[in-house]
Amino acid sequence: MSKQDIALPSVERRARKIDRETIDSVRAATIKAADARVTGLASLFDDVAAARTQAAQVKAYVLDNMAGLLSQLEMKCRLNGVTVHWARDAESARKVIQEICAASAPAGSTIVKAKSMVSEEIHLNEHLIKAGFNVVETDLGEFVVQIDHDTPSHIIAPIIHKNRRQVARSFEREGLGPYTESPEQLASQARRHLRERFKEAKIGISGVNFAIAESGRLVLVENEGNSRLSTTAPDTHIAVMGLEKLLPTEADLPLFLKLLSGSATGQRLTVYTHLISGPRRRDESDGPLSVHLVILDNGRTKILNGPYREILRCIRCGACANVCPVYRQSSGHAYDHVYNGPIGAVLAPALEGVAALPDLAKASSLCGACEEVCPVKIPIPRMLLQLRSEAVRTGALQEALPWAIFTFGATSGFRWRAGLKLLPMSKMASHPLKKGWTEYREMPAKEGRDFRKWWNGRP
Amino acid sequence: MSPETAAVSKTKGANKVGPRHRVRLMLTCLCDIYFGEVGIATVRVLEHMGCEVLFDRDQTCCGQPPFNAGDWASARQVSGLTMRSLLEAEDPVVTPSASCAAMVREGYPVLYEGLQHPQIFELGEFLVHHMKIKEWPVTTKKAPADRRVAFHRACHGRGIGLTNEQEILVGSLPWVHLVRFKQGEQCCGFGGSFSITHNSISAGIGMEKLHSIIDSGAEEIVSGDMGCLMHLSGLIKKNKLPLKTRHFAELLAEAIGE
Repeated sequence: MSKQDIALPSVERRARKIDRETIDSVRAATIKAADARVTGLASLFDDVAAARTQAAQVKAYVLDNMAGLLSQLEMKCRLNGVTVHWARDAESARKVIQEICAASAPAGSTIVKAKSMVSEEIHLNEHLIKAGFNVVETDLGEFVVQIDHDTPSHIIAPIIHKNRRQVARSFEREGLGPYTESPEQLASQARRHLRERFKEAKIGISGVNFAIAESGRLVLVENEGNSRLSTTAPDTHIAVMGLEKLLPTEADLPLFLKLLSGSATGQRLTVYTHLISGPRRRDESDGPLSVHLVILDNGRTKILNGPYREILRCIRCGACANVCPVYRQSSGHAYDHVYNGPIGAVLAPALEGVAALPDLAKASSLCGACEEVCPVKIPIPRMLLQLRSEAVRTGALQEALPWAIFTFGATSGFRWRAGLKLLPMSKMASHPLKKGWTEYREMPAKEGRDFRKWWNGRP
Repeated sequence: MSPETAAVSKTKGANKVGPRHRVRLMLTCLCDIYFGEVGIATVRVLEHMGCEVLFDRDQTCCGQPPFNAGDWASARQVSGLTMRSLLEAEDPVVTPSASCAAMVREGYPVLYEGLQHPQIFELGEFLVHHMKIKEWPVTTKKAPADRRVAFHRACHGRGIGLTNEQEILVGSLPWVHLVRFKQGEQCCGFGGSFSITHNSISAGIGMEKLHSIIDSGAEEIVSGDMGCLMHLSGLIKKNKLPLKTRHFAELLAEAIGE
């Protein structure tokens, strides 16, 4: 530890570079979403707490029966005419998807993509573009991210960090139409542009919100209609899912649809809900000719068998980010990971290892707001603590604060009392830690009477 | 209770109101170091309700700072002393901090597998649920001036199931007018060492709260945790904001009189 300065942790360092306009956009949007969640869930459930408990139990069952449910899903998908591929890691997922693409369409073909976080996780776009495909994001937010060469900053609202003036400037720059700040006109400019891409696309790629083991149905929810076009207009549909996206039975679906839309946006139901049972049937006039399901592990089995297992219950609603005071003040980009906010602070190091992302779990005041809103009751604060402990125990993180001195003083009543007397003249006054406090605040001072003196002096 | 502990503990307090309880005070390190008045107010409040208060001079800190920092080896060492000095006795432990209470009740079972949730209570929780107090018995002859108070709920109250216990007590004082403010449930941004390592984020969260409190017209922020208040008061002083901070035990003690 340098005497001058303590190296800033990664999220703090990046948050300092994010401008006020961005933070204000993020704050306003997350507060709005968090309020909508409360109203939405209250209109959906008589007892929200009971619904969350039930959902947590269903997901716990999934984790306990992962292998059996996955083979059931695979079998049902095959019966439905869906080709199932298993991908151990990001590289093998990219490889298998590229092979499917190469076999389905000539190089240079357009691939339309519905929003999918798992495709971000495996950096699929860059790979397919390098392989010569014209990959187009069709979710409005993801489309803006793509034309701006940006990255999504929220699990469900990828451009929560942008305001409409910024979007308007991007659209004007890309020649999508005359400058306008009207959200309706901006949406219609994007729609006109994207409609042509849907028409020419040979392949559509999507994620999966829920995969039902009992029936092999793949469930997708969305609000814009682009997922419907991406999964039905092209001849080939490739769905990519993390292996934890399972639901055991069809009967589990209503609860999860309501909890996902209610927690994410406060909607009673998303505008579109797709139940994909396979490719076009003989008697059907449209739909893809082939459907592929890529089931990705990429560290999930390791998580399943470790201390962060419950993080695999996550249904990616983003409610934790919306209520998180740290997220609201720093934006998703400060986490510099596909998965950000409270869930990302656990999932990212759980997936990639604490050694790779040692200080992400420190970006939390441990206020517990995330756990309170989580629809599947993931104990996020406890996991953040466990990650911190793992980071210190394994030496991945050099703890910045001098706990050895503190511990020496706090493990004996005698030393503690001696310390209390010495504290006013101690060198704390010049310690580099002090700057961390005083950069924004005045130092605390002893106020009023001393408790021990008062206690000892009582008659 | 060890013989040594017994020798240094003093038993004080007359039975003024309500049934007799014997409790052990966990002062908390912040009140030990900086905020003695909060400890004094806590003792006066408990005694006013007829409790006999014991204070073990060997107590230091609950161990939460190193626990939250991930240094669980240090946290085990520090918490060991609290376990010996406070938790081995039969009497319930009362502390003027939801954060420290949550550390002992919910954090210790993480550090020590198989440990039952220890008998420790945050002051407001103890008064409302165990002493069954719904309204604070005002006995002072000199009522303080009326004032508008913003009550900040410390987040760690969530960890022990605390809701509006402290507000019920403070709100029952005739001269206190509780005002609501925007995003009232949001964290103050303190978070222990987070306030030092992630200080711009921490201060940003704190300022957000302070501005929304100023907008509400409140003059005073009252809370049940000195961690939150130390952080907020540091921001208030640095930014010269027109707000005061106080622990709710001090408001209750003020209502007792001399």
